[in-house]
Amino acid sequence: MSETGQPVGESELQAWADGRLPAGRRADVEAWLTARPEEAERVSAYRGLNEQLRARFGAVLDEPVPEQLRRFATRGARWRRAAAVAGWLAIGVAVGGAAGWELHARRAPAAIAMVKPEALVLARRAALAHATYAPEVRHPVEVGADQEQHLVAWLSKRLGGEVRAPKLETEGMSLVGGRLLPGDPGPVAQFMYQNAQGRRATLYVRTEGPDQRETAFRYAREGNVRVFYWIDRKFGYALSSADMEREELLRLANLVYRQLNP
Amino acid sequence: MSDGPSLVALIPRLRRYARALVGDRAAADDLVQDTLERAWAKLHLFRQGTDLRAWLFTVMHNVHVNQVRAARPTDALEDEMPELAQRAVQGDALLVRDLERALAALPAAQREVLLLVALEDLSYEETANVLGIPIGTVMSRLARAREKLRVLMTGKGGTKLQVVK
Repeated sequence: MSETGQPVGESELQAWADGRLPAGRRADVEAWLTARPEEAERVSAYRGLNEQLRARFGAVLDEPVPEQLRRFATRGARWRRAAAVAGWLAIGVAVGGAAGWELHARRAPAAIAMVKPEALVLARRAALAHATYAPEVRHPVEVGADQEQHLVAWLSKRLGGEVRAPKLETEGMSLVGGRLLPGDPGPVAQFMYQNAQGRRATLYVRTEGPDQRETAFRYAREGNVRVFYWIDRKFGYALSSADMEREELLRLANLVYRQLNP
Repeated sequence: MSDGPSLVALIPRLRRYARALVGDRAAADDLVQDTLERAWAKLHLFRQGTDLRAWLFTVMHNVHVNQVRAARPTDALEDEMPELAQRAVQGDALLVRDLERALAALPAAQREVLLLVALEDLSYEETANVLGIPIGTVMSRLARAREKLRVLMTGKGGTKLQVVK
């Protein structure tokens, strides 16, 4: 075989499979391949894979674009943003958590309208804060439960309202402590709880604007963090855990609610 | 703004790539939706005169890395959702399934490179830009992705690859 020029590298074989070799080099590479049937078979298979990929997924181009995506591709009106926040969350939404019926927010667009975007942001931020601090071994909290009075007074002062750390011992969870987090518009409090097995849950508390209505429990899931969240009077609450199943977390959320509304 | 219509026109391309990237149809459209939303938020970062499609792939890549690729155990809810019918465009349904299964078995970083090059026909350089990696990495991931796919499809499933002469 007439092999001339530079040796053929793997990148060139890949380029051959993609039909992207410069014309001047193609003959060299093909001569090289002719002398090596196994390599020729291999890179031919690569070329075949390209065709299979295009054949398999090409039909997607001809599918009608779902109306929801079309709306997202045009500049958003307010309700669109609301839907977008729901999209961001990639979550299921439970209304009336105790009843336990669920809708997948994105597969059931009707569900989006029922959820205020601000509340979904609450769930997402809470989940992020949980994911950040719950795995901490040495510094899970800023102020420990041994200084609970100071902790609660401090957080109340910064949030501008009386914040309380509910007592969850009847569900086996004891207070580890808490911290102050940046939030929008104002600071946010996070209380951390832990049971004897080291499983953790965090309660995220933020001040809500005066126009926020109270809500039922809602359920969200962000990655592996489950969240029950609700708005009650001037505070928004979100109870998050990556260690607890939904039902268990719901029981805990109910206890939190009862503790805060004796 | 004139960006609306051009974004709309690119949706089918985004959907195709997303479908191949994440497999599941609903999850793919979720990814497209997140990408569009993110694109609006980041539109000020898009440089006029550059390729909007490549930029959207970049946005999608980032969204995918941040969200989909994060460890996410399957929610029980997901299992209960009925599977949407997948339209087989090739006669050989087994081959189609094998291709998708083999794709899913690739590491996401390799799958992205392969799909951007082979399915979306981006140049190696564009692919490197979209993913924020050196072009040498594009080539090595491409080589590894293809070889793994070839082995998976010819070896395990016993389905002979269609060799294009």
